[in-house]
Amino acid sequence: MRELLLIIVPLAGAALAVLWPSERTRPWLMPAVGVVHTALALWLLFSPPQVDPGAWFGFDPIARAVLPAVSILFLACAAYGVSYLRIRTERPNRVFVASLLAILGLLSAGHQARHLGMLWITTEAVTLTAVPLLHFNGTSRAFEATWKYLLVGGTGIALSLLGSFCLGYASVRGGGSGDLTFVALMAQGHLLSRPWVLIAWVFLLVGYGTKMGLAPMHTWKPDAYGEAPSIVGAMLAGGVTTVAFTAVLRVRSVINAAGAGAAADLTLLAIGLFSMLVAVLFLLGTRDFKRMLAYSSVEHMGILVIGAALGPAGMWAAFFHVWSNSLTKGALFLSAGNIRRAAGARTVDEVRGMSSVTPQSAAIFVAGMFAVTACPPFGPFFSELLVVRAAVATGHVGAAAMFLGCLLFAFFGLTRLVFAVVDGKPRPGEGAEGKRIREKAGVIIPPLVLMGISLWLGLATPHALQAAWTDAVHQLFPAP
Amino acid sequence: MNSTLNLLIGMAMGLNLLALGGSRVPQVIRAVAVQGIVLGVLPLLLEHDFGWLVALVAVITVMVKGFLIPGLLNRAMRAAKIEREIDPFIGFVPSLLLGAGGTIAAVAGARMLPLLPEHAGTLLVPGALASIFTGFILLIGRAKAISQVCGYLILENGIYLFGLLLIRSTPLLVESGILLDLTVGVFVIGIIVDRIQRAFDSLDTRKLTVLRE
Amino acid sequence: MTFILETLLRLAAWLLAAPLLPGIINKVKAWIAGRRGPPVLQLYYDLARLWGKGVVMSTLASPGFIVGPAVAWVALVGAALIMPLGGAGGALSFRGDVLLLVYLLALARFCTAWAALETGSAFEGMGAAREVSYAVLSEVALITAVLSLSVQTGNVTLTDMLALSVGSGAVLLAAGLFAVLLAENCRVPFDDPNTHLELTMIHEAMILDHSGPPLAVILHGASLKLLLFAVLLSQVVLPLGRLSPLAAAGALVGTVLGVTVAIGLVESLTARFAFRRVPLLLTAAFLLCLFALLLARKGGVG
Repeated sequence: MRELLLIIVPLAGAALAVLWPSERTRPWLMPAVGVVHTALALWLLFSPPQVDPGAWFGFDPIARAVLPAVSILFLACAAYGVSYLRIRTERPNRVFVASLLAILGLLSAGHQARHLGMLWITTEAVTLTAVPLLHFNGTSRAFEATWKYLLVGGTGIALSLLGSFCLGYASVRGGGSGDLTFVALMAQGHLLSRPWVLIAWVFLLVGYGTKMGLAPMHTWKPDAYGEAPSIVGAMLAGGVTTVAFTAVLRVRSVINAAGAGAAADLTLLAIGLFSMLVAVLFLLGTRDFKRMLAYSSVEHMGILVIGAALGPAGMWAAFFHVWSNSLTKGALFLSAGNIRRAAGARTVDEVRGMSSVTPQSAAIFVAGMFAVTACPPFGPFFSELLVVRAAVATGHVGAAAMFLGCLLFAFFGLTRLVFAVVDGKPRPGEGAEGKRIREKAGVIIPPLVLMGISLWLGLATPHALQAAWTDAVHQLFPAP
Repeated sequence: MNSTLNLLIGMAMGLNLLALGGSRVPQVIRAVAVQGIVLGVLPLLLEHDFGWLVALVAVITVMVKGFLIPGLLNRAMRAAKIEREIDPFIGFVPSLLLGAGGTIAAVAGARMLPLLPEHAGTLLVPGALASIFTGFILLIGRAKAISQVCGYLILENGIYLFGLLLIRSTPLLVESGILLDLTVGVFVIGIIVDRIQRAFDSLDTRKLTVLRE
Repeated sequence: MTFILETLLRLAAWLLAAPLLPGIINKVKAWIAGRRGPPVLQLYYDLARLWGKGVVMSTLASPGFIVGPAVAWVALVGAALIMPLGGAGGALSFRGDVLLLVYLLALARFCTAWAALETGSAFEGMGAAREVSYAVLSEVALITAVLSLSVQTGNVTLTDMLALSVGSGAVLLAAGLFAVLLAENCRVPFDDPNTHLELTMIHEAMILDHSGPPLAVILHGASLKLLLFAVLLSQVVLPLGRLSPLAAAGALVGTVLGVTVAIGLVESLTARFAFRRVPLLLTAAFLLCLFALLLARKGGVG
């Protein structure tokens, strides 16, 4: 029952937000729901419930290993959102608050979906609910970004439905009764019709990969992240991509059970490396620091699927990386939002010297940059190290070398942009003639907390989390 | 029964080519609408026991795919004063040839796939693949947003056609939920088309080029 | 002796019946438009009148100006003799005669275009270029249709190929061949036989400078070609081999008349296409024939 509350509470909050009369107090619904949701998620993390194997939704080890990270990220974004929406009073926030809360509920459902059809329905719903969020600013550029998001995302989601049908047909062709829960599909194992399984894998990987933003299906990402408010960018990069990643993992486990695991891992490895390569090339070229975050996200999605391709150890590292990436990326997005508002621009041609205009945000931005490029004390360093170790242990030395090369160039790309923004003299006429802008606690503390958790994850990963990740790996690689 | 089924699916495949060759937006919308109606009737042919649920699904599909969405598209066209001429990235003759090639490849390729005996003689899988391919050509090869939406609809029709393979084995509940979701998605796309118009004064996605890299 | 007699009879039937078709088409168009229209036999009067006139020949033109139309006419008459007529078969029938049919039609087109180029006039050259460039596409469709017929029946002799209908592909093939018929004979969606603007003409532009008997020969050849295609189309659709000879002859005449009326209706009800859209329609015709071919192949295998 508790696990269903994770879905129901945010959706009820969304309904309440629609009915709530006051523009000024409505944003407080977000942190209120966020606190309840985080509390529930952490409670479930420490005392996992019994999962009925045939249930369509359930807090199984995979949900347990990933969902609390989304929950914490949302709480931070919600706290930030209250201050943010107070600055943006010129835009009505009814739809925004309701959509953000609904997305949280749908993400909770998506992480817990144990049924192929339900997984697809929730992903589709998330896709559609994100549309008003992306268009919050109402400019023609926001419009362009939303259109691209919808066209690319809509096509991706259509293909993942096709893939789900193919997998369903593989089951029916193999004598299945039409039960499309992942448990039932895995139990069918080798009876699944092999050609259909492979076709299903291609479509599902392309479909859910589009939602993740794997190259070459990443084209919507820079525009969407560049034009949407920072909270939305953080939730897309940390929450929506995560649900798509768990979808890929659940599907992969079925493919693995059907005996095509090796082929699936090979495609994952290839698409992951390709994503990293494409992301790095764009990171070296872009001049816009919000689009930079999008390409960095593409790169990290590549790291996730590479981890997922490298057997149990790599999978464990991937779960670790989900946490460290979500939280660090959240901090980066939120601090980048502060800088962008203070500077009124987004490209390195127009923005510089932000360390004297917004010193605190700039500090978090730089720290987040070091974290996300895998510098030692932060979480991403350790998770990426584990990915490399898994790669070497499974004999993928070439892949490991390419992985490290991409990380190096990503470091170049990110530092180039971040220091161009932070260093130097502020341009005249920018942010009250280069004087310090008072940064409210409401927009500083949330990213600071996220950075703190990222640091903590790196220095002392909690045992409960480690156990949760191990359980999830066991669910994905069941003992024969 | 199979011959009626194949005749209808063959019609849907012909409508794909008509949509590819059509040089005016209303023509393409009409092709999509007729295709929607043809596909909506199919569940009645596939189900042996004629239940009210199947009838309901068929009626809803025909209404939505055949009337509601084309109606919305036509309305969007009138409201936005979109020009009727389609200007293609991929010319009409090349897209027609591509579509025909795709259709032939779909028919040939579907033979290699293992099918249940009751689906073996039908055109369900080739029809689905051909429609999906056609949808992609329209999505990629047309400049106007409204013709891209038509392409998306044909893509969706293809997926629906494929879903019919499973209509007997998986609960109808899932099917109808899926149907609803897809149509809602298209609905939202339709609204977006309407609003894009207001933001850009024309429905030409070639103008969506501020953001590029 | 009977062979020669029969051939002569056939020849007379083809030559005399052909000019009837344009008359019927014009009558249908007039009827739709609510006019009286020219008499059905108008083309006969025109031919007789032209035959009695003299020839004006450009000083630049070589004898090809006269020879071209003559050769074209002979080629079309030859094609007509190959074409079987229901149960009666063709006057000449041998293995592979269908190839000869295609080549004779191509020869006729070549000669008309050659004669047009002889004058050195810009308009005629333009008309010839257009005619030939359409022909590239419509010939592909025609050859595909012939292929699908021969795959269906496993035969390359016209009489046997046309004896039975093509089955499920017949509708596709008929639609495709009808489009080819309209294109080859320069009927409305492709070309307007009544146009008087040189820039938009195709077939008519080629024969602007011809006069007297050569023009009569060209006009008669054009009507012969129309009849030829109408007969071919009718026999593709009808399973004449199954009917008694009398019924077959009746059905054939009826269908040819039906096709002619259909052409008239198309001409009245549709507007002419812009030049750039013509390739699209011809490609569609080709695809229809191609799908008929694939259906025939699948039916043959399975």
